[in-house]
Amino acid sequence: MTADESPPRKGFFTDTSVCIGCKACEVACKEWNMVPEDGLDFLATSFDNSGRLSADTWRHVAFIEQRAPLGHQDAGVGRPEGAPGAVDLGMPSFDLPGQRTDGEDQGDFRWLMSSDVCKHCTSAACLDVCPTGALFRTEFDTVVVQDDICNGCGYCVPACPYGVIDRREVDGRAWKCTLCYDRIGEGLEPACAKACPTDSIQFGDLDELRERAQRRVEDLHEAGVSSARLYGEDPDDGVDGAGAFFLLLDEPEVYGLPPDPVVTTRDLPSMWRHAGAAALVLLAGATAAFAGRRA
Amino acid sequence: MNRPDRTGEGASRIGRDAITGAADVVPEPRRERRARRRGAGRGEATRVPDADFRSYHGRPVLNQIVWEAPDIGGYLFLGGLAGASSVLAAGAEYTGHPDLARPLKYTALAAISGSTAALIHDLGRPERFLNMLRVFKPTSPMSVGSWLLMGYGPLAGVAAVTAATGWFPRIGRAATVGAGLAGPLVATYTAPLICDTAVPAWHDGYRQMPFVFASSAAAAAGGMGLITAPTAQSGPARRVAVGGACAEVAVSTYMEHRLGFVGEPYGQGRAGVLTRTAKALTLAGAVGAVLGRRNRAVSALSGAALLGGSALTRLGVFQAGVQSAADPKYVVVPQRRRLEERESAEARERAESTA
Repeated sequence: MTADESPPRKGFFTDTSVCIGCKACEVACKEWNMVPEDGLDFLATSFDNSGRLSADTWRHVAFIEQRAPLGHQDAGVGRPEGAPGAVDLGMPSFDLPGQRTDGEDQGDFRWLMSSDVCKHCTSAACLDVCPTGALFRTEFDTVVVQDDICNGCGYCVPACPYGVIDRREVDGRAWKCTLCYDRIGEGLEPACAKACPTDSIQFGDLDELRERAQRRVEDLHEAGVSSARLYGEDPDDGVDGAGAFFLLLDEPEVYGLPPDPVVTTRDLPSMWRHAGAAALVLLAGATAAFAGRRA
Repeated sequence: MNRPDRTGEGASRIGRDAITGAADVVPEPRRERRARRRGAGRGEATRVPDADFRSYHGRPVLNQIVWEAPDIGGYLFLGGLAGASSVLAAGAEYTGHPDLARPLKYTALAAISGSTAALIHDLGRPERFLNMLRVFKPTSPMSVGSWLLMGYGPLAGVAAVTAATGWFPRIGRAATVGAGLAGPLVATYTAPLICDTAVPAWHDGYRQMPFVFASSAAAAAGGMGLITAPTAQSGPARRVAVGGACAEVAVSTYMEHRLGFVGEPYGQGRAGVLTRTAKALTLAGAVGAVLGRRNRAVSALSGAALLGGSALTRLGVFQAGVQSAADPKYVVVPQRRRLEERESAEARERAESTA
């Protein structure tokens, strides 16, 4: 990937602090990629009705309602230790815009929204375990399933530490976000990023996105949003850095993300050694059983 | 490694849960009551205190395993039975136990055929099975396994057919030896296959799982020997069966213990029932194999118990994986603990360097 003619690594930076939960990304993704409808369910979990990433949901907007102080000063009495600090996220209110005097009458409530997507890991377990080579790494360093090769073995599904890729039951193959491989090859941005009205979803060269994200998190910290943190941007993490990373306002598990995922194949050499040892023990045990007979 | 028995941070985390929006928030007194009740019901104190953790509406982090339990559980069991049967058949052939070798060769062929059929049946696109042979990927145990089956299957087939017909005895012997040498790998590669996933109850047991599978395979093949061979010839099979059975129960118990918190699913729900029944059947089979060594019927019955125990062991492991993927706590709690340990280690380092 270091050859001069290969394009720079592409990725997503999802800044959840400006997500308004409109789900335009979900819709745009389904439309562009012709992802089939997978149930219009009311899950009774806030405004979330797609639930999770799956074969038929490649962008999923999470909604978290928290009773946390927001946008006004407080003494911190009664606030759980380490709870997110005060921040005005521009949540809907009953007042006309501009009528409200800031900090006076906002409730103790905040709404976290985040558009989740395939992380396009640097060390991708789904790609590693795929026995057919259907999953491959593109020239943009993204991870894509070739649907004409996938035989639906389903191995990638439990291999993914984020619960992203899944098998579509009606057609038996594995599906997930392609980072709009067909669009970015033509110089277009992915459908979700294109549709995002607040630039919560930003597409671009990964190096540039990382710098931008670093600046954004510093800005937020300066503005008093101490709970802002980046997730998946560290090239030294368990998946050697994600191609799609996030700015979160709470711990990752609150958004349904694993707090410290590690690519499972990191332990595979040791697994093979243990399996080899067990095979030798089996051979030795059986040999002993027959040798005992002769003696 | 994680130390699931140390959940000291529980106290400091109380009240940090999102109050609205986290379906799994349970007040501390109720959680304690629940833990007590569970402890009393099982006649022992819970090994690990209930973990305090946050999640997204209590939803799982991982996507659920899409494999069918009968298919992939059967694939694991039959692969083990085939591999170990080939080992025993080769040993029996060279130590003058023809009546033990022959049925075990048939068993190996039938089992490996069944195992492959189960794998193909589980594919979303069975007609594309041969895509498995498009590439050879050491990073994918399923790819390695497919190639292993391509090598081992024909050997087991030739060994069985030559044994049945008496044709080409020299080729038959070579195939028997070849299958006997490949057999242990066929019996154990399925352990890395399931452990090379993000499923906590599988992945974290990767050091013990191959030994569970190898011993379970030995017990199954030995059991098959007890069923099919006359008592005069089944001595080695009996020893393998009893040794395998004891090792199977010991190693799987050890694995569950080592896994600690993440190993909970092996003792709970359907996985718990399967695992406990497997151990009971396996131990009963081992005792029967020893006590009934002069009685063909008792031997055969013991062999059947061992086969059943081995199959239930694999189904139990499979089901534990399903249960562990379904509950976000098995993903979040160990990772959060690892993160906090790393952070406190870093803080210590910083403090030391400034001091």
